[in-house]
Amino acid sequence: MQEKVNTLSMKSYRSLGLAILLAAVLLALLAGSVWAQDPQPPSDDEVNKVAKELYCPVCENIPLDVCPTQACAQWRELIRLKLSQGWSEDEIRTYFAQQYGDRVLAAPPLQGFNWVFYVLLGVFVVVAVVVYIRVVRNLRTKPAAADAVVQDEQPAIQDDYLKKLEEELNRREKSS
Amino acid sequence: MDQSVDNSPKTATAERRSLPTWVVVLAFAALIAFLALIGVGLRRVQAGPIVIGQKVPEFSMTSFDGKTYNLSDFKGKVVVLNFWASWCAPCSQEAAELEEAWRYYQPGNEVIFLGVDYTDTEPEALSYLAKFGITYPNGPDLRTRISQMFRITGVPETYFIDQEGKLAYVKKGPFASLAEIQAAIENLLN
Repeated sequence: MQEKVNTLSMKSYRSLGLAILLAAVLLALLAGSVWAQDPQPPSDDEVNKVAKELYCPVCENIPLDVCPTQACAQWRELIRLKLSQGWSEDEIRTYFAQQYGDRVLAAPPLQGFNWVFYVLLGVFVVVAVVVYIRVVRNLRTKPAAADAVVQDEQPAIQDDYLKKLEEELNRREKSS
Repeated sequence: MDQSVDNSPKTATAERRSLPTWVVVLAFAALIAFLALIGVGLRRVQAGPIVIGQKVPEFSMTSFDGKTYNLSDFKGKVVVLNFWASWCAPCSQEAAELEEAWRYYQPGNEVIFLGVDYTDTEPEALSYLAKFGITYPNGPDLRTRISQMFRITGVPETYFIDQEGKLAYVKKGPFASLAEIQAAIENLLN
């Protein structure tokens, strides 16, 4: 009888242990699935980092991160949504440009006709640097050149003066 | 001899001041290109909006459900092109009336309504359409091409295009009533 009771209690312990194990596994699975479905939502700083490089066409010249309109608030929420879906910053910017046009971007993308602006900018920079270097060189060499001119001109001035003086003396001598 | 001595420093200074030919050519080329760009920009800005009686250029719109609508598909019909946005409060004032007008004219197959969603986000736009039970084709203004073509100044704005594809009437701001929409359409149908 006692043996029967022992066997029964052994069985119940085993089933209890199995139930606990099963519950633990289920709990771990559930917890795992909860973590997978609820990632950390993007912070305002992360949203604004993307938003500050975008401009809403409705409120021109105001970056999206500081624009107070409802349209811009909706755009920021869209950025948050895209970030939470794992989109990169570049992907989001590209999406906004495709949806609303290149004018929403802070800088025109390097494609098509936009290349002209970048090439022209480069040309202007090169020309400006060359002109600057030449002006600086001229300024450095100018004082030396000016001195040379003064030195060359001085004897000529003195010669003229002496010549006039001699002429005047001669004239006075003759008249006296 | 004195003259040659006097002129030599001036000549040297003049030589020092002159820029290399390639720099001058490049500077002029850049300047001309820059002016050309300004000219193109000015021409685009001064092109102005489509005026009443002018033929509306071809455009296409892909609706939120993925169907593409071309203006040329509606030749012989009156097209009511409404620009709206979910963030625009006055747009919601006319939304129900526009839907009512669409339902009134849909069986006759003489009038087509197209809704162009201006700089909006899709989730909010879809909620807006669901909220007002709008059934006529609506889609985003991708890259703001359609709104730029019409040079809209805000939303809501509604453009009525006649059976010949010419712009017939423009309503800026919301419609006050269904009767106002009907009156604009009836003028074109008769």
